[in-house]
Amino acid sequence: MSALTDLSAHQALQLLQNGDISSLQLTQAYLDRIQDLEPQIKAFITVTPELALKQAKSADHIRKYNTKEDLPALLGLPIAVKDVLALEGVRCTCGSRILENFIPPYTATAVQRLLNTGVVILGKTNTDEFAMGSSTENSAYQTTRNPWNLDHVPGGSSGGSAAAVSAGMAPIALGSDTGGSVRQPASFCGVTGLKPTYGRVSRFGLIAYGSSLDSVGIFSYSAADLALIFEQVAGRDPQDATSMDLPVPAIDLETNSDLTGVRIGVPKEYFVTGIQADVEQKVRAAIQQFEALGAQIVEISLSHTEYALPVYYLIATAEASANLARYDGMRYGYSAEAATLWERFKQSRGAGFGSEVKRRIMLGTYALSAGYYDAYYGQAQKVRTLIKRDFEQAFEQVDAIATPVAPTTAFKIGEHSNDPLAMYLEDIFTLPTNLAGIPGLAFPVGFDQQGLPIGMQLMGPHFKEDALIKMVNAYQNTTAWHNFRPSIL
Amino acid sequence: MQLTIQEVEHIAELAKLDLTEEEKQLYREQLSAILDYAAMLQGVDTGDIPPTASVLPERSVLRPDVVEEPLQPATVLQNAPHQKDQQFKVPLVMRPGK
Repeated sequence: MSALTDLSAHQALQLLQNGDISSLQLTQAYLDRIQDLEPQIKAFITVTPELALKQAKSADHIRKYNTKEDLPALLGLPIAVKDVLALEGVRCTCGSRILENFIPPYTATAVQRLLNTGVVILGKTNTDEFAMGSSTENSAYQTTRNPWNLDHVPGGSSGGSAAAVSAGMAPIALGSDTGGSVRQPASFCGVTGLKPTYGRVSRFGLIAYGSSLDSVGIFSYSAADLALIFEQVAGRDPQDATSMDLPVPAIDLETNSDLTGVRIGVPKEYFVTGIQADVEQKVRAAIQQFEALGAQIVEISLSHTEYALPVYYLIATAEASANLARYDGMRYGYSAEAATLWERFKQSRGAGFGSEVKRRIMLGTYALSAGYYDAYYGQAQKVRTLIKRDFEQAFEQVDAIATPVAPTTAFKIGEHSNDPLAMYLEDIFTLPTNLAGIPGLAFPVGFDQQGLPIGMQLMGPHFKEDALIKMVNAYQNTTAWHNFRPSIL
Repeated sequence: MQLTIQEVEHIAELAKLDLTEEEKQLYREQLSAILDYAAMLQGVDTGDIPPTASVLPERSVLRPDVVEEPLQPATVLQNAPHQKDQQFKVPLVMRPGK
């Protein structure tokens, strides 16, 4: 691995600020590495070398002719963006054939805010179609490979972003998380990933899946790097009425190595049979490390946890069935050459959507249909309230909740492809966070016996991302798991 | 619980999805299995529990009623499969009366 693509975002920015490297050098190093590794990893749907080099030259120009104080915070830093976030003029597929040629007419707010701070866009990363999946195997274009073992999935749906950061093809990547789509691939690929509070980061320009659950998230090598990006993308956006008008605290990571006074809850419902033995062992070891740093560990109960999976799959698919009604073959996207209106509608969708997307639209349509609405969707919304209350009660006792990210490490490509329910079970520890709208932070805590990364999740109360980032930063200051990179590349 | 093929066809019609016979059979089996799993929710007592539609506090979101620059028609139409005279062109929606 070349030295430049080994750097964390903090390190890269420091070298840029000191004038030790140019953004053009850094960007070229990432583009070279993408070119070298992409045939094996398949992390990107679209690489944007011309755009990246132009932005890098522009960043170097700005740095040359301005004083340090006037420079934007992330000037010259290359990033990758999941292909569900719109970037004006660059094809956005959502991993779907139905959007194969779709050129967004505007840019997502989260991406625009990073552009405003001077980032360089390397490309758009692979995803399960419409972010529906846990492995990228549902992408209409390619299955991304796990950089730690190419026979295994990178997780999903933001598997392209996770693999890109893990393999040193980008120091930072944006993703989206509706049921675990940032945290689970972060865990499978051994990187750090944040799903912010619902309403913390604007969803404008994020192609919708489940609108009451969708969050824009971030991948990086460390909590410290997450803080850099989170501070820029978070905050109210007039274009998204669900984005909250709350201050985004500057995250001071200097004064933080002692966790005395911090209470971390461990819910017994997340340590159940079926969890891979070395996953439990490493997560428990990490919890001990938090205790060694001064945190108080408290056993808690989140008694409605077992219902999160069916609640999620009824609510998310119901919302998806409504959101994806916009793909009608009339205004954008794939359009079948049918003579009548409804035939064009049905044929465009039948041919344009892949198997999992159609399955979820069908499930959601059923859950919302006359005669079944109360029993399925209505009941799921009520049980969602119980799940949310579990967390509210827990956060009266504790500042954060520690769990595994997923019951297993990265599974093999093809292992779950014929059994949707088995695939859905990979998300059981991440779904409750989205149902409650709270933030979750995934970070590496070791490896299993096959050498695959194991991730732990810290969940926090609404809008307490800063507290989670500080806790994980303390852990990462005193451990080395986040510094390991895949050796097979 | 086992969905019938007719029920699968009804849902596909509501969702405006053209499905092959193989897809209908596959979704019949898979959706039945998923709905069986979801049946565990029927046993939860939610008598006086309100539904959660959004996790955010309920509030009105207002903005000043100011006209802003909209996207240009050519931009809006740039992805249209068929267009004519700055409009989306679609198949006939209603037949003209006699």
